[in-house]
Parts: sequence; structure tokens; C-alpha cells
Amino acid sequence: MDKWNLVIDVALCENCGNCSLAAKDEYVGNDFPGYSAPHEPLGNNVVRIQRKVRGSGSMVDAAYLPTLCNHCDAAPCLKVGADGAVRKRADGIVIIDPVKAKGRRDLVDACPYGAIVWNEAQQLPQTWIFDAHLLDQGWSAPRCVQVCPTSAIEAIKTSDAAMARRAADESLEVLKPELQTRPRVYYRNMYRFTHCFVGGAVSTLVAGRSECVEGARVVLLNSLGAVGSALTDAFGEFRFDKLPVHGGEYRIEVTHPIHGGASVRVVLGAESLNLGEIRLDGVPR
Amino acid sequence: MQRAILRTILFSLGPVLNRTAAKYPAFRAVLRQRDYTAQIRLKDRSIGRTFDIRAGRVTSSASLREPADVQMVFHDLYTALAMLKPNADMAEIVHAAKNFKVVVQGRDELVVAFMQMLNFSQSVRLRQGVRTGDGCTRYTTNTNGGPLFVYVRDGKIVRTTPIELGAQDGPSWTMRARGRTFTPLRRTSVAPHGLTLKSTVYSDQRLLYPMKRVDFDPAGARNPQNRGKSGYERISWNEALDIVSSEIKRQKRLYGPGSIAIQTGSHHQWGNVGYYLSALLRFGNLIGFTRVHPNPDSWEGWYWGAQHHYGNSMRVGVAASYGTTQDCLDHAELIVFWSSDPESTNGAYAAFEGTQRRLWAKQLGIEFVHIDPHCNPTAQLLGGKWLPTKPGTDPALAIAIMYVWIAEGLYDKQYVAERTTGFDEWRAYVTGELDGVPKTPEWQELETGVPAREVRALARKWGKRRTYLANGTGGTGFGGACRSATGAQWARCMILLLAMQGWGKPGVNMGNFTADAPVDLYFYFPGYAEGGISGELNWTAAPVNNYTRMPHIVTMNPVRQLVPRQRLPEAIIDGKATGYLWDGTSTEAQFAPFVYPMPGYSPIRMLYRYGSSTFSTIVSSTRWERAYQHESIDFVVNQSIWNEGDAKFADIILPACTQLERPDISEWCNPGGYLPHGQNSVNHRVILMQHACIEPLGESKSDYQIFLDILTRLGLGAVFSEGCSELDWCKRVFDSSDLPRHITWAEFLNKGYYVVPPVDERLREPVNMRWFAEGRHKDLPEANPLPSQYAEEFGKGLPTPSGKIEFIPETLKRVDPENRSLRPPLNRYIPSWEGAQTQALVRRFPLQLITAHSRYSFHTHSDGKGSFLNNIEDHRVLVDGHYYWLLRINPADATPRGITHHGLVKVFNDRGAVICAADVSALVVPGVVKSFESSAVYLTRNAKGGRVEVGGCMNTLTPERSQSPDTESMAPNSCLVQVERWADPAIQAA
Repeated sequence: MDKWNLVIDVALCENCGNCSLAAKDEYVGNDFPGYSAPHEPLGNNVVRIQRKVRGSGSMVDAAYLPTLCNHCDAAPCLKVGADGAVRKRADGIVIIDPVKAKGRRDLVDACPYGAIVWNEAQQLPQTWIFDAHLLDQGWSAPRCVQVCPTSAIEAIKTSDAAMARRAADESLEVLKPELQTRPRVYYRNMYRFTHCFVGGAVSTLVAGRSECVEGARVVLLNSLGAVGSALTDAFGEFRFDKLPVHGGEYRIEVTHPIHGGASVRVVLGAESLNLGEIRLDGVPR
Repeated sequence: MQRAILRTILFSLGPVLNRTAAKYPAFRAVLRQRDYTAQIRLKDRSIGRTFDIRAGRVTSSASLREPADVQMVFHDLYTALAMLKPNADMAEIVHAAKNFKVVVQGRDELVVAFMQMLNFSQSVRLRQGVRTGDGCTRYTTNTNGGPLFVYVRDGKIVRTTPIELGAQDGPSWTMRARGRTFTPLRRTSVAPHGLTLKSTVYSDQRLLYPMKRVDFDPAGARNPQNRGKSGYERISWNEALDIVSSEIKRQKRLYGPGSIAIQTGSHHQWGNVGYYLSALLRFGNLIGFTRVHPNPDSWEGWYWGAQHHYGNSMRVGVAASYGTTQDCLDHAELIVFWSSDPESTNGAYAAFEGTQRRLWAKQLGIEFVHIDPHCNPTAQLLGGKWLPTKPGTDPALAIAIMYVWIAEGLYDKQYVAERTTGFDEWRAYVTGELDGVPKTPEWQELETGVPAREVRALARKWGKRRTYLANGTGGTGFGGACRSATGAQWARCMILLLAMQGWGKPGVNMGNFTADAPVDLYFYFPGYAEGGISGELNWTAAPVNNYTRMPHIVTMNPVRQLVPRQRLPEAIIDGKATGYLWDGTSTEAQFAPFVYPMPGYSPIRMLYRYGSSTFSTIVSSTRWERAYQHESIDFVVNQSIWNEGDAKFADIILPACTQLERPDISEWCNPGGYLPHGQNSVNHRVILMQHACIEPLGESKSDYQIFLDILTRLGLGAVFSEGCSELDWCKRVFDSSDLPRHITWAEFLNKGYYVVPPVDERLREPVNMRWFAEGRHKDLPEANPLPSQYAEEFGKGLPTPSGKIEFIPETLKRVDPENRSLRPPLNRYIPSWEGAQTQALVRRFPLQLITAHSRYSFHTHSDGKGSFLNNIEDHRVLVDGHYYWLLRINPADATPRGITHHGLVKVFNDRGAVICAADVSALVVPGVVKSFESSAVYLTRNAKGGRVEVGGCMNTLTPERSQSPDTESMAPNSCLVQVERWADPAIQAA
């Protein structure tokens, strides 16, 4: 049986909020018996977007992570709601029953992702239901796909084997894999959110004026050896990405055949680093 | 024979109406609304019939006994047949009406009812919307943020979604570049404010019934000083309309023409018939009013500055975009986004259509540079080098780039020599030959904070690569930098940069992919600026196409008096004001001031305040409160949808309904007029019926209906409506366009939309300015400029005195030959009058505030009022039960002030104080705080230390000073503030 999955490209999310707004538009003021009771108009977004800003000075980037119910195959809420309050469909979608889950505040805490919200007025736990009611009517994808300006969100109905192959081929990740919940929501380019960069701008003095150095070779090393190598661009800038948080001690070695070299010691903590201007020593290498 | 036909038509009319009533309950209900007699006859009484409409049934006889309540009298047989036969020619009908060949007499209300009833007997038969599988009817509508399907069940809106194109909607276009093929997704995109429409329709802030201020008595004490403070009581529509219409009559009687001023927000719910340039203008012209003349607010520096160098007055100084998408994809290596954030500004009305195209450019390896104090959403998505500048210093950066080009020979010398004038004088300034100050990258670093070496690197990269320069929302103009004290300087520099690189040569142009999708620009459908149903020929683009394509009766405002919108408070409080015209007919039109009051006219005594709230869209908002409360204003009526902003300062509130509760018709992103071919921003041209999807909420009515009801009390109902309902006007707009050649009215009403197929690839437009670069005649499909604006031969050269790009504009030299003004012919860098260099102010207010167009809302649309947008933390943040507007601040400025992320802050200067929630991140450069204008919520509270505004009206803080004294231009982005942590407890309700 083919099942639903979502693939979200973190590098393409621009935080427009449309996915979140589409969920409000769909579920606020509407009752879909068997699928979902009305959602609250304000607060308790079932589709949320988190932001991660990295860097400082003028070397800054921002990444956005949309999160929603992962429709996990081994969902903790399924265990807690095994009495019928929560069920998993054959197509992979998890539904919190809007009648049987009445009063089940414990289901909110059951989700390790915080994807279940508590609707006080309805006395119901609620979440993003993959727009199952629309898919069952023949819609080809949930609404978040339709409103995303960059096509960052893709909905795929396929076999689990095919999805696993795709996840491997494209280095897709899931949230909190260590919990072994087996989410059906995958992420591409998650490193923008979870990993650090170290960057800088190489310069030299020419006739007493500071100039950006293009084409300098920059090598990033740690105790195990070279981690990465890059050439500086027209602004003298370089950036090494996908470094682990608290990566520890590194060294940056810069060389240029005319303008010389520089060496910088770096300690990578919790946050990305913009080393700023790195002045070459003028001794050709 | 003809006489027999007329007799037959008249004879069968009664039975036809009765059969229609039997079949259609809606029509039956209309017939039941009134009992009256109506007579249709020839003037010589030789043919005629009298109809008796009573208890919902029609009987008729050939007797022409007097008196009938309504009489439709035709001068001759020909006119009668022209009007009464099926598929009548509107041109004939309007001509007949204008020339008294048909006269409709009787009480105005009954005349309108009779004519609308006849129209409705036809339109009631047509199915609107499409039934879907789940019991919904799927309608269509159009917004500032894109078109939508609207699903309705049991009279309630279920959802609104973008439009998915079907197979029957024709093919999409394809573009080929560098060996790749690109085609857009077959669906429309939507901006956040479009997607939240449902939540604003059902908002608990909706005005549901007419209201009167409790201490306003039109026959006694009016208490103007209490506006904005007093409460309201509910009144009936009759009472409200009686008050408004008698106040209009009172104004004319007591003060004479000019005493009524009509003021509206800059943007409107979409729809050609209901737009403020349409129905409102028609209403205004019929009562006579002082026009509140807008300033070119979103593109100040382009209108007042840039156009002097190269023309384009009819596009208000903004460049065209023809052919630039293909050209950029083919040739460009670099795009410099300068004060350009299309992922936030969405090409104004184009939602995210350009986003796909920008991502194609990224796929092709085109590089990006972003110049903006904020690492804005476009920079975040696309990546590339970010150069943060201090607000208002951008001209210095541009001049220094030109310095490097000159010093290192990195500019197009042939182009400069052959296509421009005045370069030698400009070069002397840039190199320092003129004033002893070389405008080096080191020189600009002191101004902008951008390291000199980076400016050199950028200048070299730019000078050696084919580079597109992107400004503002459409990529060809606008941008926050044009709305500061140096706005004109900056926009002028943008022209000079392009002139030095060979503007129009392959890969050298203005654009950011927001404009110029290869849609069919030759398919005619009117845009909102083309006057709609107004009949106004002077202040809309109606004469260009709309007036001849859609015959309708012209209207004219006999009041010549104008008041500049930015100075309306001063005009009321001080009794006088001076402004400068926004007028696209020529470059020179902006020089002559106009004065209020104008001799012969009354000063303003009554404000008809229509449409969306503007408290936070116009600088120095607090002035407006004092204006409303001024003793000289006898009467303020507010006609709007939600109880926010200006509505709270009215004497009478008239509740208007939203666009989903009334019919209209429009095209996506089609302004027309001053923004011709604006629909080239969208990947598919979509023309839509905006169905009335649900009944108006409460007692709210459409604007059109409100105007009709007021004017009927003045005997002008038939003139205003021409006997038409809004749906009838929609059909007239439909008939005026090219649509009838491709789809019938019935099909269009049913399905709701039509997608215009793209043109053949081989017929796409040539590239903007390519003709000029190559010394040919202009070959672009734009009726711009006016023939007299060409220096010599028609179609040759630019509309400047020399026909070339002028580094030192002749048009500015004529008014300021000695370079003495703040807008001199030599575009030298003059630092902002409120910025980093104004030391005395900086000591007290060390941070620069910039307020851009809001990303998620649009003007005041979809903000506040319980809109779903409140759920977006990049728009408003919930703190202690109140949704605060955001202020973005760098940790370097936040930490010393004890300000934490999402903590409350007070932003203040001498003009006022606003409480915001802080967004602390490195995305905004230190020394600058970024927010948005256009809060829909205007809420003041008394606190320790003075009054504060808590809705997010950032324009409380901005200067009212014009960029330069000889222009009417706003400069909100030249604004110094201080920011403090705000420790007061939760905001108490009033």
C-alpha cells in the first residue's frame, strides 16, 4: 500500500507563513466529522515555523524549519491513544479522533515534538492531519504544498521502500531520530538549522589600502586533519558549513601566491562564527 | 414593421417578468419589494404601455393614463428599439441618455428600482459558481495578494485557496536560457494577506450596523473635540443616510463647493467596480468635493528625482520591464538588489509569482548582492553578499562605486559618450576635481559603514560583469531607500549607475524577476487605475481605453480645489497648505505648487473618510487626531469595513461589506494607468469574477449600495447607477474587454475565471532600453511618453530635453541653475536632515528606524481585527494577551539595553512613543531598528512618562517633513529613535 510522506527543504523555506495560515483557514470554523473538530483561530498553530539565525556582522544567514505532526509510524501518541483515541490509517496518516479523544489532555504531552495542541474550547487534542479529509475527496496534496511559494514542501504517496531509498539518496533527515518514532516527514538541508559555519573575509594591504583577496586558498583543519578547503570569492569571503555544534578547536590556514598567508585559531562552540577580516601577511606563498 | 416590434416587446414584457418570477425566487423577492406603476412610451405617445407592479405580479395595458410612478420616455422609435431589444448596444444607450433621447422620470428610488429590476430579470437566470463534491459551491475572488477559490457551504465560507489551473485553461509559457527550459507551476500563488481573507470577513471587529457618536447632534452640539474619545450608539440605516445626505446638503448651502473633502486609503479590496477610483469617484463627482491629492508615496525618489535623468513621467519615474526576464536569464551574471526585497513586497499585487523565476536565476548560477540595512527575506532566501548600509547613506555608496569605475576605467565609455550628456560635470564631482573631496570608498565608509575594500570589490565585480540592478518591489523602482531624506538622491544614482554600464545592452538593465513574465500583453482587460465606472476622465486613465471600450456617462468634479494628502492635517488645523502635483503627463508637471485653499472655494468643513484606516501609513500619524478634533470640521462620516483606526474618529459610521459579500470583476495584478502592463508580474494572466459568495454580514452593505442610497436622497440615484446593479456593471466591464471573444458571460459567471493564453514565443516583446542603447527608434508596446515629450522626432530618444540620459538634468537646471536647492541638478550627496550626521538629535536618539512595507499584511488589510496573521510571529507577537508589532534589533543594541527576544520595548522620539515586541537577531545591522508601517491597530494609552501607542503605529514616530522643500514627498526612513526595555505590566483595556 502506498503511503503519504512529506519532504521539506529547509533551504527553500522563506518563512512566509502560508503553510501555517492555510491550516488555520482550513480548520478554523469548520467541522470535519471523523477527521477534525474546529481549530482555534488564534494561537496553537498546528504548523509552526522556527527560525535559526547564524553568524554575525555582515555574514549572516537565516534558516526556517516548518514543523507539524510527523505522522510517525511508531507514534508515541498511538500508544497512549491505543484505545481508539488515536488511530493510524493504512495510508500512514495519523488521526486523533475528534470524539473519542475528548478530554484526553494526556495526548498533548505524549508527543515528543510538541505537535499536538490542546483546544480548550473543544476540550480536544488537535494536530495537523495531513488534510486527510481533502485527500480522501481527491485532492492531490495537502494545502501547505499548494500555498508554498518556493515548493519547499512536497507530498509523496509511495511505498515505504521507495521512500527509504529516496531518503538515503537525498540524505534526508527526520526530527529526533534517536527517539525511533519513525516520522513520515523528512527534511532536506537540515544542516542550516542544526549545524554551524565558520567563515571570514581575507584581505591585504595594497598601497596602504585594504583590498579583498579573491582566489586565496583556505583550509580548515582540526586535530584529525583537513576538514575542508575553499577559495575566497571576490569579496575575499569563504565559508565552511555543516560543522557540528561544539565542534571544538580548528585552525584556518590561508595562503595566496602573491599576498601571503594567515593562520587563525578557532574554537567552535554553540554558534556559527564570522571571523571577520583576516589580513594576510604579505609574504608570498 | 419596427413599430410592430416595439409593440410586441412591450406587450410581452409583463408575461416574461411574471414567468421569471415564477421560476426564480430571488427575482420574485425583488418584484415584491415595491408596488408601483411604470410606463414605457414614445414621446409622441403613439406607442406605449403602462405596467402595474403589485404584490410581486406584473400586469400591463396599452393605456397611457397618467400618472405613472416611473416614466421611461423615448424620443423616437429607433432609440426605443436600440434600448429595449436583447443584447442592446451600450454605446447607443449611453448616447441616448446623454442626449436626452431617453429620459426616465419619477421618484429616483423607483426609477432605479425599475431599471435594476429589468436587468435582474436577465441576470437572475445565470448560475454563479461551481458545485463541488462535498456540498460546497466554489466561487472565485481576487485580492491584493492573489486570486482565490472561495468554497461556500450553507451560506458560510469554508475555505479560500489559490487557483489550480486545469487542462482546459490553456498552456503555460516556456522560457529557454543557457540550455535549460523553464515553465511556471500551473497554479496561482498567494500572499499571506490574501490567504487570511476569511478571518477578516468574520472578524469580530466588523462594523455590522450604522452608528452615531453619542455626543454628536446634527441639530445641536456637535462636539468635534471629542472625536476619537466618545463612544457610539447604534442607529438605523434610514437615520444614518438621512443625516449624511442632509449634511451634504447643509455643506453646500452654508459653505459652498469645496467644503466636503473625500479621503481614502491608498489601497482597496480588489475589484474594478468597487474600487475607490471607480464607485467612490463617481459618487464624489456627483456631489462635488475637494480632492485629497495623493503623493507618490511608494516611489518618492523616482518621481521627484530619477525621472529627470531619463524621463518616464507617465510611469512616475519607474522603469519598464519588457523583455528583461529573458535577457537576464540569458546574459546576466550578477544581480544587485538595492533596497529591493520582493520576497516581502511581492511586486505589490503579484503574490509570489516572481519567486519561482528568481530561483531559476539561482539555478543558472547568477550571483546576488543585497544592499539593505536588513538582511531581508529576499537576501535570506537567495543568499549572496549582504552589504548593510546606514539608512539614508546609500547615495554615498553609489557615488563611491562610480568613483572606482572612473578611476579604473570600468564603465561603458562608448555608451556614456553617445547616449548621455553631462558626464564631465558629474565626473568632476565624483573624482573630487570640483570640491576637493574625492568620493572614494574610504569617503563613503565614514557615511555608510560599509568597508571600503568591499565597495571596491563590488565596483570591480559590477564593472566587469553583466549586472542587473534591482530596486524596490518590481525591480525597476520603489524601495525603502527612496522614502528617506536622500530618497531622490538615491533613485537618481540608480539611473546614473546604469547609464555608466550601458543600460539596455545585453545583461544590463533594471529588474529582479518580479516583472516581465511573457504573458500576452495585448489582450485587453481594464486595470483598477482606469477609472472603472467613475466616468472621471481627468484623474484616472479612463480616456486611454476604458472610456471608449465601456460606454458610460461621464462625470466631472466641478471643484478644482486640491489639498495635498500629507498636509491634510495642516490644511485643517492651520487653514492652509501647499503641495506639488503627482502628475505623469510631463517631467515638469511636478514643479508648480498648488495652494489650498483655492480662491472661490470653501475651506474643508466635512470629511468623507472612506476605506481602510491610514493611521500608520502616513507619516507623523498623531497630526491626524488633532485634525479630526479640530473645531472647523462640522461633520465626519466614515464608511469602512472594520472598527479600527479612522473609524473611531467619525460622527457617523456606515458599515461597508467585504468584497466577498458583493459582486465585482477584475484581473490579477492589473492596475493599468500609471503602472501599465503591471500584470506582467504574474505567470498567468487570470481574469476573475468576484462572486458575491455570501450575504452581507449584519446590516453591512456594499460601498456601491451605500453611495446609491445616499445619492437617491439627493435625486441622483439614476445618474449614479445608470439603472444598473453591481452585477450589471460587472457585465459591462466584461463586455468592454476582450473576454467575450473567448468565453460567454454565462460561462464566465459559472466558472469564475479565465486564463489568458500566452503569446507565441516568437512574438515576445523586445528588451527595455535595448532600442535606446542601439540608437534605434523605440520599439516597446507602451504609449509613453506623450508625443510632445520627445526632444525631436517621435519615437526617437528619451523624453529628456536632449533625448539622452542626462547626468545633469536639464529639467532641474531650468528651475535651479545654481545648484542651490536640496534637489540640485548635480546630484551631490547631501546627508539626511535626520540621520547619523545630525549630532544633536543622535545624542538623544541614537538608533535609526526604518519602516518598510509590511511583509504579511498589505497596507492595513488583514492586520489586527482577529486576522489569522496574528498567528505569525514575524508579524505580531502575543505578550500578556496583546498582539504587539515587531521591532527588529541587533544584539549589540539590545543587550546593553537589557532587551530580550520577544520582550517589550518602547520606541520613542520627540514625536511620540510606540510599544513593540523586540525581535533580537543579527539580521539587522547595529545602529538600525527595522519595523513595518501600516498597522491597522491604532491604540493609545496613558502610561507613566506619557502617552504611548500600543497597536504598532510606527508612523507616530516619523517626520512629516518633505524630502526637499520643492516636493511633496515623504521621508519616513529618516527617523531617529531611542529604544528602551518596557517594564510596565500588561496593557489594560480602555
